[in-house]
Amino acid sequence: MAEPRPSGASVPASTQTARGAMGEALLEIVDLQKLFPLTQGIVFRKTVGHVRAVDGVNLTLHRGETVGLVGESGCGKSTVAKLLVALEKPTGGTIRYKGEDVAKMGGRALKRYRREVQIIFQDPYGSLNPRMTVGDIVAEGWSVHADVAPRKGRLQRTQELLERVGLNPDYVNRYPHQFSGGQRQRIGIARALAMQPEVIVCDEPVSALDVSVQAQVVNLLEDLQDDFGMSYLFIAHDLSVVRHLSDRIAVMYLGSVVEEGTEAQVYGSPSHPYTQALLSSVPLHEPALRGQKDRILLQGDVPSPADPPSGCRFRTRCWKAQDICATEPPALIDRGQGHPAACHFAEAREVVPVEVAE
Amino acid sequence: MTSSSGYISSTPALEPNPTAGPVLEVEDLHVEFRTRNGVVNAVNGISYSVDQGETLAILGESGSGKSVSAQAIMGILDSPPAVIAGGGINFQGRDILKMNEEEQRQIRGPGIAMIFQDALSALNPVYSVGFQIGEMFRAHRGTSRKEAKQHAIELMDRVRIPAAARRVNDYPHQFSGGMRQRVMIAMALALDPRILIADEPTTALDVTVQAQVMDLLKDLQRDTGMGLILITHDLGVVNEVADRVAVMYAGRIVETGTVDDVFTRPAMPYTVGLMNSIPQVEAKGGRLQPIIGQPPNLARIPSGCPFHPRCPMARTGAAAAPDRDCVADLPPLRVVTVGREAACHYSEELLNG
Amino acid sequence: MTDQQQEQSLDPAQIEVDVRTGLGAPSADVTEGRQNSLWSDAWGQLRRNPLFWIGSFLGVFFVLMAIFPSWFARGADPRACSLTESKQPPSSAHWMGFDQQGCDYLANVVYGARTSLTIGLLSVIGVLLLGVIIGAVAGYYGGIADSLLARLTDIFFALPLILGALILLRVGPSTGLPILSDRGAGAVAIALSAFGWMTAMRLVRSQVIAVKSQDYVAAARAMGASNFRILTRHILPNAVAPVLVYSTITVGVLIAAEATLTYLGVGLQRPAISWGLQIENGQSLLRTAPHLVLFPSIILSLTVMAFIMLGDALRDALDPRQRS
Repeated sequence: MAEPRPSGASVPASTQTARGAMGEALLEIVDLQKLFPLTQGIVFRKTVGHVRAVDGVNLTLHRGETVGLVGESGCGKSTVAKLLVALEKPTGGTIRYKGEDVAKMGGRALKRYRREVQIIFQDPYGSLNPRMTVGDIVAEGWSVHADVAPRKGRLQRTQELLERVGLNPDYVNRYPHQFSGGQRQRIGIARALAMQPEVIVCDEPVSALDVSVQAQVVNLLEDLQDDFGMSYLFIAHDLSVVRHLSDRIAVMYLGSVVEEGTEAQVYGSPSHPYTQALLSSVPLHEPALRGQKDRILLQGDVPSPADPPSGCRFRTRCWKAQDICATEPPALIDRGQGHPAACHFAEAREVVPVEVAE
Repeated sequence: MTSSSGYISSTPALEPNPTAGPVLEVEDLHVEFRTRNGVVNAVNGISYSVDQGETLAILGESGSGKSVSAQAIMGILDSPPAVIAGGGINFQGRDILKMNEEEQRQIRGPGIAMIFQDALSALNPVYSVGFQIGEMFRAHRGTSRKEAKQHAIELMDRVRIPAAARRVNDYPHQFSGGMRQRVMIAMALALDPRILIADEPTTALDVTVQAQVMDLLKDLQRDTGMGLILITHDLGVVNEVADRVAVMYAGRIVETGTVDDVFTRPAMPYTVGLMNSIPQVEAKGGRLQPIIGQPPNLARIPSGCPFHPRCPMARTGAAAAPDRDCVADLPPLRVVTVGREAACHYSEELLNG
Repeated sequence: MTDQQQEQSLDPAQIEVDVRTGLGAPSADVTEGRQNSLWSDAWGQLRRNPLFWIGSFLGVFFVLMAIFPSWFARGADPRACSLTESKQPPSSAHWMGFDQQGCDYLANVVYGARTSLTIGLLSVIGVLLLGVIIGAVAGYYGGIADSLLARLTDIFFALPLILGALILLRVGPSTGLPILSDRGAGAVAIALSAFGWMTAMRLVRSQVIAVKSQDYVAAARAMGASNFRILTRHILPNAVAPVLVYSTITVGVLIAAEATLTYLGVGLQRPAISWGLQIENGQSLLRTAPHLVLFPSIILSLTVMAFIMLGDALRDALDPRQRS
């Protein structure tokens, strides 16, 4: 198994903050919360409740590492992305970037934050302005952050970036609709890259792409990280892609993180029942592995985030649920499995069959 | 909505397939879209057959023509611009394309059903789900309103919608994505179809729900013995539920065989490329080996083998065997080994090497 | 990360590595042959539309008439009149006959084009300015600004265009305001814009709201772009197409409205030459000299039709829902 990055997949999560090898903590998310008010009325809006989109997320992103954030639709992972790039304001909790509270940043500091933390979107069609040329799209950030690239030579810089993401540099004057989905996603990556970011939040960047093209973009993201050393927060629902790219992984369910650990810990010995169910549901594409895993079929649907269950959020679908689960929300701590899981009855279990020899 | 509206006939339930032959056979089907900017060749001569109780997966990426062929079978192509330019679709031995519209309806309504990726837009938002499921009985069997509702509840039970009797009067938006997909499956099953076409039935669903729906489809198929055509881009889903697979590329079938054979020893470089492109969930794995380049533009399909610009094995000129120049000669879909077909000039090398 | 690092990694050797791994590989270029942009697609569609050709032929014809009336007047001067010719019917020498004062009617109708088109264009510019600014502010900022501006629009909507303009023009001279009080083309244009901007505002507002939620707007915001930049670079260029269609149709509507106002006696005053004035003067003589109403009416209808046809054709071409 050729591991492209020496990023220490085997180091336990609990010791990570103390380690120097991984690099300093760039982003620290503490108890992050985002509630969207549910309103009634048109002129006089009355708040009748809240959608608890993100409710108590803790996460740390170190320099040069990739943290995967997985979860099903509606679990709040995309809201986390929006909060991180300051498109939304958190209702509670803090995001610290290089030790500084983002909510308290003003003027220059915020501007620098916006340059250093970039985002790549899921939809390759909606994320590029159809009225701007590719060159203008990639170079746009420079007119906001003029210090990144001197005015002279911006065209050349743009072309270098296009070439770097695998596009023909002569395409600077073309418009987005002239490109296929995968090519557009590369343009979006070039736009983020132009800002020389420290962190790139990747919000489902390959979900909308065809399988063959998806792999190209995954490889591109890996190469770029090797070259520039930036950190990724990789948000996706595709568990295979997340495992492939991430050093550490956090699993989200209904607004909060239910399990966290290195890629090997979360996939090899998942300890939260939801993680186990999630992993057991992934269809495997190798005939030899068919039928070799226990299928944990969950009952029912994800509850509404406007009215989440008391105590443990997962208890309504959980086969382990006891009385305590309804009263006491389980903390995200290590209960002896080597990595933290938010379940009173956390227990490591092998769900995904071990790789067959190839 | 696929087949609930518009069918006024009251055909009795179809006889079980009289002969042992395939229930559905597609022969050399061609579909093209005639647009202002030229002809787009969406389906270029595909043939496949589905037996009773069998699951055939049609695997392809966007623009491979996999959905268009299913729409041609269902008679729901947007035409214009789509035109069936040739070929035949035999259902229980009779060519649907040679029938008049009324006959086609009588065959398709109860015989072939289809479910779609986007259940929300396939269901009518202003009618309750019970009414929409029941409409199948009222339209085709002339059942009374009350009886139809009773049938609807039974069907909702069968697709494992909890508290069916209570939810029968709910509207589509009151159901979650997975439940809506079940409602659509219930509608499709209403008339006991012999063939169910599932077009990306789980793509819009989360993995945990996806597993539930795939399980349901499998169980229903076992109970009814219908043939299932599963159209998908997901190799994992194919591996877990299908018996046979047809891989499509640029409007052609480029490889067919049992899932075990095709996935363990692909005979077409495109299939190899697909297998190498996807990361595994069971291991972190090394670097992915993507297929280079972009999928072809169907208005301008490359000469020779449509895959040759992206193919690592492509040979041309002096390197190619006579009449097997990948840039000039279109490889036919041919038998490469027992029970397997592939459209590659050099399949044997791939299989043996 | 320093600039140096960035520079380093962009060196050709690195790119070569990527080409070998299949990543930077020059792709089979599917983009060629797909060079069409929204506007070139629209042009392709327009070219096939007979409505567009009729509309643009008439439009160009009337615009030329407005700019160079002497080309069309067959040498006659609209103000050179002789009472002996009063109300003469059309003849081969004077295609449209003479009016009550004995002036060549063809020359008068031709010279009327300039007034009508000027007012039409000026008031459309006014409508667009008001509609785009108010609509963009309401749509982009939302919240209280949106609620207030939407109510304001509703109030204006409650007042019919003609009635509002009529009142404004009637009280205009007594206000002593510069342009409004002289009852010229400027005053009519102001009155028409002041009561005609609401549909444009709603159109712009809904477009802005739709475009605002696009990811590329989020990308620009995340990058730290200013509101002004986002509005002018990202939102308005993508919101403009339906507004353009609307304003083309509106030119025609406003030209007709000008004629109505003038006919009602609050628009232009003699000695201005305008179709509205001609129709007004002609109506009392309808029985004896019907051509005095007929000709300006026909030309007015054709002008209005030309713009409405152009707008319709443009809408067909630009509406993405009609294209597959």
